[in-house]
Amino acid sequence: NAFAAYNSAAFSAKSVADALKGMGATSPTESKDIAIKAPEIAENGAVVPVEVTSKIAGTTNIAILAEKNPNPLVADFKLENGAEPYVSVRIKMGQTAMIRAVVTAGGKSYTAAKEVKVTIGGCGG
Amino acid sequence: MAIDSKQALAGNAPSDFYDIPTFGNVSLMHMTDCHAQLLPIYFREPNVNIGIGSALGQPPHLVGEYLLKHYGIRPGTREAYAFTYLDFQAAARTYGKVGGFAHLKTLVDKIRASRPDSLLLDGGDTWQGSATSLWTNAQDMVDACKLLGVDVMTGHWEYTYGAERVKHIVENDFKNSIDFVAQNVTTNDFGDQVFKPYVMKVMNGVQVAIIGQSFPYTPIANPRYMVPDWTFGIQDENMQKIVDEARAKGAQVVVVLSHNGMDVDIKMASRVTGIDAIFGGHTHDGVPQPYQVKNAKGTTLVTNAGSNGKFLGVMDFDVRGNKIVGWKYRLLPVFSNLIAPDAKMAKYIEDVRAPFAAKLNEKLAVTEDMLYRRGNFNGTFDQLILDALMTVKGADAAFSPGFRWGTSLLSGDVITMDKLMDQTAITYPSSTLNEMTGATIKGIMEDVCDNLFNSDPYYQQGGDMVRVGGIQYTVNPNNTIGNRISNMTLKGKPVDANRKYKVAGWAPVGEGVTGTPIWDVVATYLRDIKVVTPRKLNTPKVVGIGNNPGYVV
Amino acid sequence: MAEPMKIRATVTGDTADIKVLMNHPMETGQRKDPKTGQLIPAHFISEVTATLNGKTVMEAEWSGAISKNPYLGIKVKGAKAGDKVTVTWKDNTGESNTADATVS
Ligand SMILES: [Mn+2]
Ligand SMILES: [Mn+2]
Repeated sequence: NAFAAYNSAAFSAKSVADALKGMGATSPTESKDIAIKAPEIAENGAVVPVEVTSKIAGTTNIAILAEKNPNPLVADFKLENGAEPYVSVRIKMGQTAMIRAVVTAGGKSYTAAKEVKVTIGGCGG
Repeated sequence: MAIDSKQALAGNAPSDFYDIPTFGNVSLMHMTDCHAQLLPIYFREPNVNIGIGSALGQPPHLVGEYLLKHYGIRPGTREAYAFTYLDFQAAARTYGKVGGFAHLKTLVDKIRASRPDSLLLDGGDTWQGSATSLWTNAQDMVDACKLLGVDVMTGHWEYTYGAERVKHIVENDFKNSIDFVAQNVTTNDFGDQVFKPYVMKVMNGVQVAIIGQSFPYTPIANPRYMVPDWTFGIQDENMQKIVDEARAKGAQVVVVLSHNGMDVDIKMASRVTGIDAIFGGHTHDGVPQPYQVKNAKGTTLVTNAGSNGKFLGVMDFDVRGNKIVGWKYRLLPVFSNLIAPDAKMAKYIEDVRAPFAAKLNEKLAVTEDMLYRRGNFNGTFDQLILDALMTVKGADAAFSPGFRWGTSLLSGDVITMDKLMDQTAITYPSSTLNEMTGATIKGIMEDVCDNLFNSDPYYQQGGDMVRVGGIQYTVNPNNTIGNRISNMTLKGKPVDANRKYKVAGWAPVGEGVTGTPIWDVVATYLRDIKVVTPRKLNTPKVVGIGNNPGYVV
Repeated sequence: MAEPMKIRATVTGDTADIKVLMNHPMETGQRKDPKTGQLIPAHFISEVTATLNGKTVMEAEWSGAISKNPYLGIKVKGAKAGDKVTVTWKDNTGESNTADATVS
C-alpha cells in the first residue's frame, strides 16, 4: 500500500484545536504567504471551491479545514517531486464559517483563514 | 481633468439640452438595468440608501438634498427630478416621463452622429422586468437592443431565462451584432470560460478593451437551477489576468462593463490595477459623476447609470499614446418629452406589444397615492404586494423580495396588468405560504439584512432588504449578522421564537416550488378593492446610524 | 464499478496544470435519507495519489466533506508534453479507481 495510514484521529476530531493536534500542528504561525481563494458567498454550500497557494519556501503539506463543520479537517495533501505548493478542491460547508489552510514547511506549521458565507439568498437589483 | 457636472447640469434650455460638446477621441455610451422598459415611465429614486463602514456618506449612498449638494445640482430643476425623490409627484407632473427605447434611440443616434465610432455598452438586466419580455421569452428586448445598436453587453437577470436560452441568443441572435462578455462566468467542471471575457474594439485608431463582469451572485440571488453548470463569483484574480492580457495585446484603454453593483465595483477598483473605468449597474444608482478610486498603479473611474432606461451615460476620453490624458462624463437623463421618438423603434414597440394589448391594458384598480418600490426597506408598491399576499393567502405576515426594479405610478394612475407586471414579471413567480417559527423568521431577516449591510461589499448582494408585512421591527445596520434585528412584534405582541406563524411570500429560489403566480395574487386583490387607498408603509425603526446622508425619512 | 475519472493535463512552460474530476457519492455518514429517516452509511474517497511518469507527486487524505463527484487541481513543475499522469483513489469501503492521461 502506497498510502500512509489514514489519520483517523485528526479527521474524526470535532474541533479545530483537536484536528490540529491530530495533525501535529498545535499552534501554527499566522502567515500572509498563504493565499486562500474561495468565494466570499458560496453559490452552493455543498460545493465550495477552495484553492490554496503557499509562498512559503519548502512547503511539503497543505491541509484544509472548514471550522464549523462537525469534523473540521477536510483534506490533507502531501506534495513532493516537483508538485507546486498549490491545491484546488471543492468542499461541503453547512454554514457560514472560516476556511483555514495549514501549511507545513521545514517541519513548521503556518496558517491563514478566509470567511465563506453560506446564505439563503433570493433578492437582487 | 475638470469635472464639469455643474455646467452640464445647470439647467440648460431644453432645446439644446442634449447638444453635448465633443471631447477627446474615444467615446463610450452606457445604459444599464433598463429592466425591459420599452416605453417611457416614471421612476422615483430612493430616500433610503444607507452606506455603512467606508461607504458612509460616499457615493452612491447619498439621497435627496445630500446628493444634490455633493454634485452641485440645483434643487427644483429637472436634473434634481432625475437624480432624487424630492417633491417627486410635482416634479413628475412638470417634467414628465423618462426613458423609452424610441426616445433612447433618438438620443443614442444623436450622440453617435457627433462621435463617430462611439460604442453603446449595455450592462444587463435588460431582458427582464416587463410583461412582454416574460411572454416573449426575452425576444422583444433582444430585437429592441439590436435595433438600438448595442455593441457589447453583459448580464444578470438574463440568466433567469436559463443557460440554454442565453447561449442560444448569444450564439444566434447576437451573432455579428452584439458581443456578450463575462470574465467571471465559467463551467462547473474544469472552469472554462462560458463567454468571451472581453472584446477589443478600435475607435479613431485607439484600441479599447471592454471586459465583461456579470452579476457575481446570480446563482444565489436567483435560482441556481437556471444555470446548473456555470459558476460565477467576483473573480478578482482572473479580472487582473484579463486586464493584463488586454494591455499586452495592445489595449490603450481598458474598461469593465460591470454588473457587480457600485460598492463591489469600488472595492474591485481598489484591488485590480490597470482598469481605466468601470461602467457599473445592478444597484440602480443614478450617479452624476464618476467616483475616483485610487489603487496601487493609478486611478479607476467608477460609474453607475441608474435603471429603467432613465439615463444614458456618455464618457469621452482623450487618449494620447497609451494614456488617457483627459475625460468628461455625463449621465444624461432621458426626458421623454424633450426627445422625439425614433419612428422605426416606436413602430417596433407598437408591433411587439400589439398581440398582448388586451391583457396588458386590463384595468385592475386606480391608485390614490404614489406607488414606488426603490429604497432599502420598503416602498408603497411593495407594501401593496405584501397586503395582497396577506389578504389573499390569509397569512399573519409576508415577505416580498427587495428587488430594485419596478416602475413608479402617480396618484390617480390606473394600475393595469402591464404596470403590475412591471413589478412582478419573473420566470419563478410562484407565491408561497409556509409555517415558520419566530426564530426562522428572524433568521431569514438577519440573513438578507447581512447581504445588504455587511461591512465588506464582497459579502453583499446588491439588493434591498426583504420587504416585511405584518411584523414590525427595529434594525441596526451597523451590527453584525444575527444582531441587527430586534423588537419584532406582530399585532402589538412580541414575535415568539418558538411559535409558528403563517408567512406568505413569492419568488422562491429553490427548485420545484409551485404556487399561484404572484401577479395573479395581486390582480385578484386589486380587482376586488378597485381603489388603492394610501398604504401604511411598514418600515423598521432604524437605529445606530446617526446622521446618515443615505437616510431621509 | 466506479465510473472513469476525467483528467485534463496541460503544460505551460514546464509546469503541468492537472485537473481531475472523479465520480463518487462522498457520503459523510452524517446525512439522513429523506425518505426513511435512516443515516446513510459513510462512503467517501479517503486517499488519493497522483504520479507523473511513475513518480509520486501528491498523496492526499480526504474526509467526506469533499464535495460529491470530487474535483482536484494540482500543478507540477518539471513536466513536458507527452508525460504520463496517473491518478488513483481509494475509498473507505476499500473500493478504488485509477486513470491515466497524457500531458498536452
Ligand atoms: Mn437591475
Ligand atoms: Mn441586477
